Amino acid sequence: MSTETLHQTWYMTQRQLMAILRQPVFLVVTLVQPVIWLFLFGSLFRKVVELPGFGAGSYLDYLVPGVVVMSAVSSNMWAGMGTLEEIERGTLNRFLTTPVSRTALMNANVMQQGCSTAAQSVLIVLLGKLGGADYPGGIGGLLVLLLASVLLGTVFGAASNAVGMLVRQRESIIGINSFLLLPLTFLSSAFMAPGLMPSWMRHVADGNPVNWALVAGRSAMSADPDWGDVLSRGGALLALAVAAVWLSTRTFRSYQQSV
Amino acid sequence: MTTAAPAVEADGLTKTYPGGVRALDGMGITVAAGTVFGLLGPNGAGKSTTVKILTTLARPDAGTALVAGHDALRHPDRVRRAIGVVAQKSGADPVATGRENLLLQGRLYGQRGAALGRRADELLERFDLAEAGGRLVRTYSGGMQRRLDVALGLMHRPQVLFLDEPTTGLDPEARTAMWEEISRLAGEEGLTILLTTHYLEEADRLAERIAIVDRGRVVAEGTPDELKGELRGDAVHVELRDTPDEVDARLLATALGEFAAVREVTVEGRRLSARADDGPAAVPHVLAVLEQQGAAVASVTVARPSLDDVYLRYAGRRFADADTGTGGTGATAVQPAASAGGAR
Repeated sequence: MSTETLHQTWYMTQRQLMAILRQPVFLVVTLVQPVIWLFLFGSLFRKVVELPGFGAGSYLDYLVPGVVVMSAVSSNMWAGMGTLEEIERGTLNRFLTTPVSRTALMNANVMQQGCSTAAQSVLIVLLGKLGGADYPGGIGGLLVLLLASVLLGTVFGAASNAVGMLVRQRESIIGINSFLLLPLTFLSSAFMAPGLMPSWMRHVADGNPVNWALVAGRSAMSADPDWGDVLSRGGALLALAVAAVWLSTRTFRSYQQSV
Repeated sequence: MTTAAPAVEADGLTKTYPGGVRALDGMGITVAAGTVFGLLGPNGAGKSTTVKILTTLARPDAGTALVAGHDALRHPDRVRRAIGVVAQKSGADPVATGRENLLLQGRLYGQRGAALGRRADELLERFDLAEAGGRLVRTYSGGMQRRLDVALGLMHRPQVLFLDEPTTGLDPEARTAMWEEISRLAGEEGLTILLTTHYLEEADRLAERIAIVDRGRVVAEGTPDELKGELRGDAVHVELRDTPDEVDARLLATALGEFAAVREVTVEGRRLSARADDGPAAVPHVLAVLEQQGAAVASVTVARPSLDDVYLRYAGRRFADADTGTGGTGATAVQPAASAGGAR
């Protein structure tokens, strides 16, 4: 990547972050939603830890990584809406006729989404702490969770951007998201210990990137982390994120075929 | 006209969109450096597609495009540095201020530091946005937004400026102000402007040369005066009371055609058009022939040739009829309205 591309990435990221900070309603909604999940799921499932074999002391301890990861998925999967808006407004076309590199344009999306996901995750972790959650893995474990949620968010953000550029229909993004969010979350260990899941679900979860983020995060956050699990799932997420960003940069080409 | 290499040279451009819509069909234009060139045509004629190809946004299926001496297909990066683009849609970031938009635009072209800030302020001043420069663009009026768009296109001092329908959607006052601004730009040393419009009046007023575009290719080209001059004489428009059927229409055209003072007779619906060297003198004869044929007349208009007539002649359709898109008819009415009322 050339220095020019790095500069451009920085300017474009700045633009996007400013835009978010200037839309307080959007900001509040993205931050309030995970709080509601934390409260609702926390109250609803409080007693599941009493099930034999659940293996966690308090449900809140178990729930915090679940909400962090679910929020990372649900907020990033709407990234395509922003891209659509930029297409409709003509902003994307304006940038595409300047010397800015396509890589810088896509990098800026990734950076902005990464920053948002990280901020959201930190807030959830802090709220959990306030509510009495315990993080035996310490700061190192929390950093792994943060990184895993950012990588997972990148996967969904890039995919959503690609869909936005290819289909250019809000309805498609809404449809795909409503269809995917809950199955992806519930076919993972977000809210329920894997040991208590039906075995077919457990097998599906093994191939679910949402679950990779949870396995990596939870393992690193435990008192006795299994670093093999952390590295294998984290590595898979990284590979998937790189592939998704590459693919979504490629979609500029097919977008330009249709303008 | 300068003897320097043309600023834009496009030849044989064709483009079919996915879904089979043929947008360009052998489009070709040559724009001399330092001039204002107008692409005139109804919505869907292929003007915007041509601009998208010349500005490296879209790729043609076939054909060549040289912009500022660079091949737009093989070296789009070089073309991008040399051009400024004001697209149909604004493209300015609504949640940034006008000044921030300009600064970012300049940075993308490698402008930095104090020179960058000076250039942004200079353009804000020039486009009467100095006071609004610190406000978010979403608070701007349509005219202000459009002026900012032009300023964005000029930020890096391009050699060729593309203005795609620069006044569409503006109220008459803002349109006049934009016309003045474009005229001023045209006077700037070395700047070439390629303007697309579906307003006949706009092309007539701003462009030194005009290419009339219809169904993806150029059907006529020249200076506005040349184009109008080729028509030799006045247009006589007759509104009939009833729509003649196909046979009657042909009979009317033939009967009038035999009459030496008028030529190029066309009948479209209730509207009959012909051309005459001396329009007012031809009117009584035309009316006599129509009466003979039993066609009742609702109104007669005589007009000096307008670009609308040029369009009719080359595209075989009236401009307003061809312009099926939104907002077209209201604007194209400007031209005939000026000549309503009969004799010159």
